Amino acid sequence: MIVERPADLRRKKILAHGFMIIFLILILFPFLSVISISFRLGNFATGDLIPRNPTLEHWVLAFGFDYTRPDGTVVEPPYPVLLWMWNSIKIGVIAGLGVLAIATISAYAFSRIRIRGKGTLLDGLFLIQMFPTTLALVAIYAIFDAMGEISPLLGLDSHVALILIYMAGVTLHIWTIKGYFDGIDTALDKAAAIDGATPWQTFRFIFLPLAVPMMAVVFVLAFIGFINDYPIASVLIRSEDKMTLAVGSRLYLNEFRYLWGDFAAAAILSGLPITVVFLIAQRYLVRGLSDGAVKG
Amino acid sequence: MSSSVTTATGASSLPRLAFVGLTTLVLLYAAFYLYAQSQPLFGAVLLALACGFAVIYGANRFYGARFIFPGIAAVLTFIALPIGYTIYLGFTNYSSFNLLSFDRATEVLLSRGGADPSTEQPFAVAAEGDQFRIWLPDSGLLSDPVTLTGKALAPVTAALAPADAPATLLETRDAIRLREGLGLLTLTTPDGMQIVNSGLRTFASVTPEYAQQPDGTLIRASDETVLTPDHSTGFYVAPDGTQVPPGWRVGIGFGNFEKVFTSEGIRQPLFSIFIWTVVFAAASVGLTFALGLTLAVILQWEHLRFKTLYRILLILPYAVPAFISILVFRGLFNQNFGEINMILEGIFGIRPNWFTDGNLARIMILIVNTWLGYPYMMLLAMGFLQGVPEDHKKAAALEGASSARVFFTITLPQIMPPFLPLLIASFAFNFNNLVLILLLTTGGPDIPGTIIPAGRTDILASFTYRMAFDDSGTQFGLAGAITLMIFIVVAAMSYLNLVQMRRAATRHAGK
Repeated sequence: MIVERPADLRRKKILAHGFMIIFLILILFPFLSVISISFRLGNFATGDLIPRNPTLEHWVLAFGFDYTRPDGTVVEPPYPVLLWMWNSIKIGVIAGLGVLAIATISAYAFSRIRIRGKGTLLDGLFLIQMFPTTLALVAIYAIFDAMGEISPLLGLDSHVALILIYMAGVTLHIWTIKGYFDGIDTALDKAAAIDGATPWQTFRFIFLPLAVPMMAVVFVLAFIGFINDYPIASVLIRSEDKMTLAVGSRLYLNEFRYLWGDFAAAAILSGLPITVVFLIAQRYLVRGLSDGAVKG
Repeated sequence: MSSSVTTATGASSLPRLAFVGLTTLVLLYAAFYLYAQSQPLFGAVLLALACGFAVIYGANRFYGARFIFPGIAAVLTFIALPIGYTIYLGFTNYSSFNLLSFDRATEVLLSRGGADPSTEQPFAVAAEGDQFRIWLPDSGLLSDPVTLTGKALAPVTAALAPADAPATLLETRDAIRLREGLGLLTLTTPDGMQIVNSGLRTFASVTPEYAQQPDGTLIRASDETVLTPDHSTGFYVAPDGTQVPPGWRVGIGFGNFEKVFTSEGIRQPLFSIFIWTVVFAAASVGLTFALGLTLAVILQWEHLRFKTLYRILLILPYAVPAFISILVFRGLFNQNFGEINMILEGIFGIRPNWFTDGNLARIMILIVNTWLGYPYMMLLAMGFLQGVPEDHKKAAALEGASSARVFFTITLPQIMPPFLPLLIASFAFNFNNLVLILLLTTGGPDIPGTIIPAGRTDILASFTYRMAFDDSGTQFGLAGAITLMIFIVVAAMSYLNLVQMRRAATRHAGK
């Protein structure tokens, strides 16, 4: 490790890079093939990695426009991808902001305010957090089915219902932000209390500004989680124009109507923005992931 | 802190109390409304919310609780309540056969009826703008104008009133063209009789199929059969024992659990699915952890160049939304026209049946899940590896330990304790990894000879999901019963994790 012969070192370096490159080729294969498929003629995977007769048909359809083939036939977009994307983003942002508000305020209280039974509450939250909402799908379906008879706004096929369910997934985020608040010096809030600040004012003017980077992390994590949800959305949402991306995308690879090429273009179009956001945020995300998890 | 509370509440308490009072009133009204709409459970939930809200935001002594009330309320309403409700449903026969409430089921049966042929009378149609009136010459009645054409036809009711015959009537063949709209029409005579279209040229009055008797039984008009409501099975039963659908939802005690444990067609697949769920979750954690840790160790090597580039490329699978990657793999693994089989055939001359062979399907699932999950482990491992003091490793190396030995005796023991809770959480996550299974294989290939749809790659969660929401049948009650069993496993895991986390916390505090 400290004293190493140059020949040994070179051999090791070649080995390491070789391993990395072979591994990366395997790992990145799906991405490369999807890009290739999205430009390939037709909806079946017959062709080379670099398409011989590249076509923009799948991309034009993914953007929601009709495509006129060279022989004059007009192809209509099979599904409203952009609408699904908009639904996903709308639901993700609203639920994400809701989660952020609830989680930040709760985390502050759990970290700083003396509340009777706080330890028990925290343990309870930690236990409940392990129960994924997807396990209670039967009940959620039954509840919103019944609520729909009173008001369609709260029933099945409603985005409000979906947002409400998503917002309940705050427990994990409370823990993450609480871990961050616990690391802030208590001298700060003592100083604020001496100056006559109420706990609310301490939160609003001291802790909230400090927590902005952490809140960004939690928002991105929550948002990505909501975008990725399939089970809840697939149970609650039925009509095609209300679907989120995750539910809608599945329609492409139906056994009876297999739209591989159209799917590839739609997948890149919808996946790219989220991927870019994630890559920009990843440094902070990692810190958030391990911080929240370890600090008790 | 407590002194500042009192100063702040004095000045601003009146508007706040007014606001709290108003909100509470709105919530209470909503609770009452729900109760009146025969939704007592939701009414009770809102009532509890209203009380909690009033007490916590109204009284000053619960100042601290105000901060956590929204979060706790959301968790209780949308996680704890559904969990409890699922368990309750596990003790009922809620399914596509027993979907309604008792009142609704009775209503449905009573509203069934057929046209009585003895009351048939001819009709004619008179056009009036876009709408039409129905003329019944025998009884001298004319209906209100109704819409009989258009795209979205819906059942319509219209009243009849005595009138003179309209001046112009449609030809019979024009009237026949309106039969789709006529079929959805119900006319009400001045004395309350209901009349429907019973043939191309006739209308007839409706006689209900069932009539309710004072003791709660129903009597069938056609053959005078008496149907008795059976509240233990949730069906109206004829004397010969036949059940008349629709049924209603009733509690059946441990019936679902008995079914699970005694019916061979459920117990066998359930057992194999349980084993596979555990194997799948454990293997996923093991594979992603091993791969992620290996990559992290290589990336930490001081002599390696292009680290940032490698890292960015390596976490790409984590950055792409999982549902997209899973669907991409579904296409790539496709047996007939997937890229993977094309390449395998080109190089090795084989075309594995990824979706129809149970073992291959399981291997495919593990490959995809490892691909999806290793970057997370790699990122975590990189963070923890940085925390291992460099001089410990140097000292060991100076003593002549090989790098493998240094890794297993110095590095690994130091990163394991903080890693453990995350590994347990990862196990729990994969134990219920519905998205992967539903989007990749939907549980298939199916296990032959089962009563309910069960597949080789089904995990417990996807098994219950399909039981409840598959097209072949919606057995909510049975799904609830199996979910309760999953709850027990999850509860054990989450308790284990709590203990682990406490240990990590004490160690952290001790440092």
